[in-house]
Amino acid sequence: MLLLSIDWIFFIEKIALILVIILSSFGVAAYATWGERKVAAIMQDRIGPARAGLFGLLQPLADGGKLFFKEEIIPDHSTKTLFILGPALFMVTALMTSAIIPWGPDFTLTIGGTVHSVALQVADINIGILYIFGVVSLGVYGIMLGGWSSNNKFSLLSAIRSASQSISYELAMGLSLIAVLMVTQTLSLKTIVEQQHGFWADGYFTWNFFKQPVAFLIFLVCSFAELNRAPFDMPECESELNMGYHQEYSSMKLGLYLFAEYINMFISSAVLATVFFGGYNFPGMDAVRDAMPGGLFSIICVTVLMVKVVGFILFFMFIRWTLPRFRYDQLLNLGWKGLIPLALINLVITGGVILFFFNK
Amino acid sequence: MQLTKRAAAVDRSPMTLGERIYIPAIAKGLKITLGHIFKKKATVSYPEEKRPFSPVFRGLHVLNRDEQGRENCTACGLCALACPAEAITMEAAERKKGEEHLYREEKYAAKYEINMLRCIFCGNCEEACPKDAIYMSETVMPSNYTRDYFIYKKQDMLITDEQLAKRNATGKG
Repeated sequence: MLLLSIDWIFFIEKIALILVIILSSFGVAAYATWGERKVAAIMQDRIGPARAGLFGLLQPLADGGKLFFKEEIIPDHSTKTLFILGPALFMVTALMTSAIIPWGPDFTLTIGGTVHSVALQVADINIGILYIFGVVSLGVYGIMLGGWSSNNKFSLLSAIRSASQSISYELAMGLSLIAVLMVTQTLSLKTIVEQQHGFWADGYFTWNFFKQPVAFLIFLVCSFAELNRAPFDMPECESELNMGYHQEYSSMKLGLYLFAEYINMFISSAVLATVFFGGYNFPGMDAVRDAMPGGLFSIICVTVLMVKVVGFILFFMFIRWTLPRFRYDQLLNLGWKGLIPLALINLVITGGVILFFFNK
Repeated sequence: MQLTKRAAAVDRSPMTLGERIYIPAIAKGLKITLGHIFKKKATVSYPEEKRPFSPVFRGLHVLNRDEQGRENCTACGLCALACPAEAITMEAAERKKGEEHLYREEKYAAKYEINMLRCIFCGNCEEACPKDAIYMSETVMPSNYTRDYFIYKKQDMLITDEQLAKRNATGKG
């Protein structure tokens, strides 16, 4: 099956995987909007969307359909190319991160005696975490371009806020991850997950959360800021900036912005679960692996990862409907004077512990 | 000067370390919202589920008829006089021979209109009526696009034969 020296099976495999991942990201994001409204309703003693379908489960379809039929307005004085590019870029960067997340162990399938093995990861690149940072920092371009090209002062202010917020929190995020990298000794997400195999090994918890709780906390807070979600939803604080950077957007362009935020939330939950909560690993996985065929085991692992991801998404929503928005100076103070020193101290202590106790 | 005994001084002391790291406060907040998961929901799913009206609710007007289906109203005009919004108009007419099954007394309202856009639903008409002819029901006024719709004619308010039969059967309503 080697044609023009391209491994076509590999090619088709990857395309299928990419399609599945993108479609399921859309699905999860769509139902995250429904979930958000339900969670908000429950926290406020309401019942939330309940009309469209059973428990309002068709609500995302109704919302999407509504957005498609809205009038598309491009303001006269906007920079049209960038105005259209903004939401597209935001969506693309939101989806790009999903490429390096290992969704499960290799999916093995025995057909006629030969064992086919399909990796459930689009690309196992050895600079995985760096790639995440690269793409996440590109994400702010979608907001910046949208806010700037709208030619509206509120949008511009919000875009600037978003940019400075992202830059401030990326520093702390990076520093917190360096401490994790000192423990794992690798940047490849696949290896990081494999190191967290099971739950308990050699007298230690294997998950990075137990080795680096402070780094986890810093990373969590920073991902709230990176996602522009409450309590750090500065770029779109309705009370100050009307609607924020997507004020001039309408129809599906607005939909794309709102939707990409939920995809971002899904992906960053997946990153959190992968880096800190063992990815697809779960306690007692060895026994489960021996008991069933390889294909089924992979599916169970993917399900476990999804459960963790949904847990994180629920936590994000839970926080959003609990905490009021931070003031802008509080936000920057927390980032620069709180989290960055904390991450540095964590880094030094981690280094010291590794040097004195694990230096073999 | 102290006006009430409930005044409390605002604590302006700088935040302690525990307050500055936010986490205990966040945990407290999460506990509160978590508690709301199990609280009773306040939502009433309206068209399927209706909250009962208060016994003193004043809704759309109803023109009453007696057990034999004769109109009670004698067009005395007391309701129109009592109406603070001047929403009621009527024209009286004399009962002809052979109309005894339609009107209870010799004089009746040939025209009886209430402008629901003027009406403030105060219930003074109900209070003023000496013949038990006008009542306020437990019906909310429906909405409409035209103003004409809101001028309710006698036929719009008169209780129907079915309602009458039901009242005669149950003794209430």
